[in-house]
This record gives sequence, C-alpha cells and structure tokens, in this order.
Amino acid sequence: MAAAIEAEDLVKTFGDVHALDGVSLEVPEGTVLGLLGPNGAGKTTMVRVLTTLLRPDSGRAVVAGVDVLKHPNQVRGLIGLSGQYAAVDEYLTGRENLQMVGELYQMSPRDSRARAVELLEWFNLSDAANRTAKTYSGGMRRRLDLAAALVVRPPVMFLDEPTTGLDPRNRMALWEVIETLVGEGTTLLLTTQYLEEADRLAHDIAVVDHGKVIARGSADELKAEIGGERVEIVVEDPAHLAQAVEALAPYAKGEPAVERHTRGITVPVSGGASVLADVIRELDARTIVIQDIGLRRPTLDDVFLSLTGHATFGDESEGEGDSDEVGEAGDAAATVGAAVEGKDS
Amino acid sequence: MSATTTTTGAIGRATPVQRGGAVQALRDSWVVAKRNLRRMTRIPEIVVFGMLQPVMFVLLFTYVMGGAITIPGAPSNADTYKQYLMAGIFAQTVTFAVAGASAGIAEDMNKGLVDRFRSLPMARSAVLVGRTIADLVQSALTLVVLGVVAFIIGWRIHDGVLKALGGFGLLLLLGYAFSWIGALIGLSVRSPEAATSAGLVWLFPLTFVSNAFVPVSSMPGWLQPVAYWNPFSASVQAARQLFGNLLPPPAPQATVWPMVHAVWVSIGWSLLIMALFSWLSVRKYRSAVG
Repeated sequence: MAAAIEAEDLVKTFGDVHALDGVSLEVPEGTVLGLLGPNGAGKTTMVRVLTTLLRPDSGRAVVAGVDVLKHPNQVRGLIGLSGQYAAVDEYLTGRENLQMVGELYQMSPRDSRARAVELLEWFNLSDAANRTAKTYSGGMRRRLDLAAALVVRPPVMFLDEPTTGLDPRNRMALWEVIETLVGEGTTLLLTTQYLEEADRLAHDIAVVDHGKVIARGSADELKAEIGGERVEIVVEDPAHLAQAVEALAPYAKGEPAVERHTRGITVPVSGGASVLADVIRELDARTIVIQDIGLRRPTLDDVFLSLTGHATFGDESEGEGDSDEVGEAGDAAATVGAAVEGKDS
Repeated sequence: MSATTTTTGAIGRATPVQRGGAVQALRDSWVVAKRNLRRMTRIPEIVVFGMLQPVMFVLLFTYVMGGAITIPGAPSNADTYKQYLMAGIFAQTVTFAVAGASAGIAEDMNKGLVDRFRSLPMARSAVLVGRTIADLVQSALTLVVLGVVAFIIGWRIHDGVLKALGGFGLLLLLGYAFSWIGALIGLSVRSPEAATSAGLVWLFPLTFVSNAFVPVSSMPGWLQPVAYWNPFSASVQAARQLFGNLLPPPAPQATVWPMVHAVWVSIGWSLLIMALFSWLSVRKYRSAVG
C-alpha cells in the first residue's frame, strides 16, 4: 500500500530543545497513525512540520505524494488540519466560518456555500448554522473546527489532540465521526495524550518522547512487547506491602510497581488465571489480607511506563492527567472480573 | 452526530481549483477582508468607540485647549486654531488603525486562526491584506463621521471638494501604510493586550512631535528637524494644503523642503512605509508561530 504520509529523519530544534530529534514515520493510505506522547514530546511540532506550518531544520516529508518542503501550497490543498484549540472565528456564524474556509481552499462561493450546509448537517450543527460560534458549546466548536478541516474532503487529515478538554460524551461522539471518516478512506495522523484514544482509533501507534519515536506498532503489538497480563492486588494493611511483594516474586516476569498510598502492587505475569489462583493461595498462606485482586491485560499506560520510565503525563498536565488515570484505573478494576471469567471459559 | 446521513458523504475526492498569482491573492484578500468587516458588524462597540475617541479629541482640542493655544503670528481667535487643527486630528485618527490591525492579528494568532489560514492553500499575503483593507474601510467611515462633526462645529474647506477629497485620500494612504506596521506588531507580540499597547505607545510621540497640533516653529530648535521630517507631518501638511487650511498671513509658513512639497513627500513616505512593512510582515507571517 502506498504511504500517504512519509517523514524521513525530521529534525527541529528550538534553542537547546530538540523538539524533533530525527523522526521518521510512514502512514499507509487509509490508515490511522496515533502519535502518542506526553506534553512537549514533539507531537505538535511533528504535525506543524507535516502541515507546512513549520520548516524543519533537516529531513524530508511527503504528504499525499507531494513534497512538503518543495511544494507546500500544493500540500495545503490536499490536507485538513484540526488542532487542539478550536480555530474558528467566534464572531462568524457556523455557516460563515465553513464558507470562508471553502473559499480559501479555492472553491467557488457557490460550492463553498453548498458544502457548508452539507457539513453543518453532517455534524448536527444545522440548527446553530446562523448563530455566531461564540454562542457554541465547547463540543460544538470542536465539531465546527473538524468540519472546517473536511471542507475539501481532503485525502489526508491531521488531528492534533482532537478531544483534549472535551467531556466523555462529546469525546465519544467525535470518535465516531473520526471512525466514519477513516471508514471512507481518509488517511489520518492523530496526536493524543489519551492512551484509550490511540487504542480505539489508531491502527498503528508511534510512541514519542523527547522528539524521538521510541516504539512503533499496533496497540496489541506494543502490549505484547512488554509482556503478558498484570496481576494487581490491593492489600488491606500497608505494612504488608513488602511481604506481598515477596509473595508475588516467584510469579513476577518483571519489576513489580508498588503504590504506597493506594496500597496497590502491580506485577507482570504470564500464565493467565492459574497464576491468579496461585497468588491468592500464596498470600493466604502468609495471612496477608487483600482487599482486591485482579488480572488484566497491559494498558498503553504500562507500555509507556516501561518504555520511558515515566508515566504518560508530564508535570505540565498533572492535574488533568491524574484525574484521568484515576478514572481509567477504576474502569480497569471493574472489568477485571469479567476478563478473568472470559479466560476461564 | 448524525453519522448515518452519509449519502452526501464527508469524504470523496474533490480537488480544489488550482489558481495562483495576483488574481488569487486579490480574491483571497477579499475573502479575509469580508470576514473582518463582518466581525466589525458583530462587535459594533469597537467601531463606535473607535469613532467616539477622535470626536472627543476634536471637541477637547477645540473648546478646551483651543483657547489657550495661540499660534505665533496668526490672528488670535479660536477659529484659526480650529481650522488648523482638523487635518492633524484626521491624520491622528487614521494612524490609530495601527492598533486595530495589531490587536486583530495578535488575536487571530492567539486563537489559532492564523495556523488554520496558514494551513490553507491561500495567498500568503491575504490574511494581512484582508485585515488592513478592513481597517482602511473603518478609517474611511470614521473620517466621514469626523468630517461631519468638524463641519458642524465650523471647520471649512477652502479649495474645492476635489482637492479636499485628495487630502482625505492622502490621509487614508498614510493610515493604510501605518496599518502594515500594526500587522507586523500583531505578528510579533504574544497577546492581543500587548499588541494594543505596543501598537499605540509609539504613536503618541510620533503624532505629537509633528505639526499636527502646534506649529513646529514653536518647538525647541533641535526638535524641529525631527518634526519636519516626520512622515506624519508631511501628510498633515499635505492635507492642510489641499483643504485650504494653512495658517492665514501674516503667520509664517514653513519653508522646509518636506513641508513645501508635502503632497509628494507624503505619498513617498506612505508608499515607502507600506512597501517596507508589508514585506516584513508577509515574511513574518510565513514563519509565524501561533
């Protein structure tokens, strides 16, 4: 399959910061590549280079068969960009915004108008078409921004953290739209901090940190790379943590992660449900009281942690990141039982 | 989201028409200008207050300061100063387009709109041309209102309508040239607030160290050449000549070269400023980081 996006050894330095430190990647036509990484990893810089907004210091990039550095204006006619800030004019109506973008894509005013109506309908914004974007909710603005990126039905799209700051309902809705687009053949490069998002939308994931691609593969491949399932336990008495780690040691296929404040231990294992039974017996024999125990598949969080030695969220986004991780951990715990049952049958 | 209604489809290949050159640049600029003019109708406060400010200046200078400012050699009555003053106020008003352009472009940068525009296959100059054109339209409207107010309080032209229109034309040309300075400021600062003050702070010395409000001959000797060669002074002087508002004899007339040839000097300055700052601005826009 031909590559719709091709980057070769892109380098971009801002002062002493290596925003891109030799990044190469390839996105086959009709597929989705998720660029996954913490804030400041170089994801946005990558998007800016590929969408002609930023010239790299060195390297080569080809989008939709056109050299980005040699023919930037031709590339601009073939791509759609939607960023993490909804870039719409808040004093124009939804319709006016889309019509303007259409005309600036060099469509005739008539075609632009027709396309605007079509997109507003598709994004469920028809009722708000003649209201200024200032009156839109965050989710509506994001939809309008995405619609603007779709005006010329571009074969290649770039979405820079499309759902950052959206509530779960709007995030889901946007995911559905993105899935439809991809179903219709659009090639997509997506940056995200949300592991769940990359997991759901991307065929292929490139994990980026400090301007470098540190891992590449499908979500399943990446998870397989760092080992099988994890056993998670929560002990009742924090004093038992050390003992519990000792009890788990014979089954561990890697370093256990201990979180003192949640009294939790996570340890990679192999062997599925039978390991879980063994672990329970072992803990029981040492009279360690456990509050919770479960077996789960590794998440991309685990991937990130084991690849970089730090969690996905850097210092800058701690507040947001933390609350999110709590949510995910909760979900994971809730599904543990089901997962184990599934394995048994 | 009604992803089910895909009969029209969000996807499908539609290659936009490839254009290029001056025709596309003009068309794109017009699309952006239309957008900015539309914005003005949505935020009329900006336009209204933009007009009120120079009207205040006219009234304050005429009725508050006018009585105290006597022009050496000129017949000393308030009417003389009023006739003299108007060209200066008009000129100062058009240069305030700088603040509009700088704040507007800084806001577009801030909101990510410049990124969107830069990712579109449009002329690289269009965002800035569209903005400055919209500011020009606003300046022209403001001048109309200001002209009417000035007429009501007794300002008159003495050399015919055509020449007077020529005078207004030169002032608008100056304002347009200055709005390109505003464009560069807007692209260079980090926030719209900073853009507004950065756009205005240098305008005060520039407009006051000139012949706009008092005759240059009343300034200290070392300051006079600065004031005479100030591009702003040339436009004020040119407008005064074309309005027939030069000080009546026996007041001494400025005999310095840029004042004698004010019309041509004013056109020259404006074109020079426009050329230099449009070149710098478009260059900056190409690599703008929002």
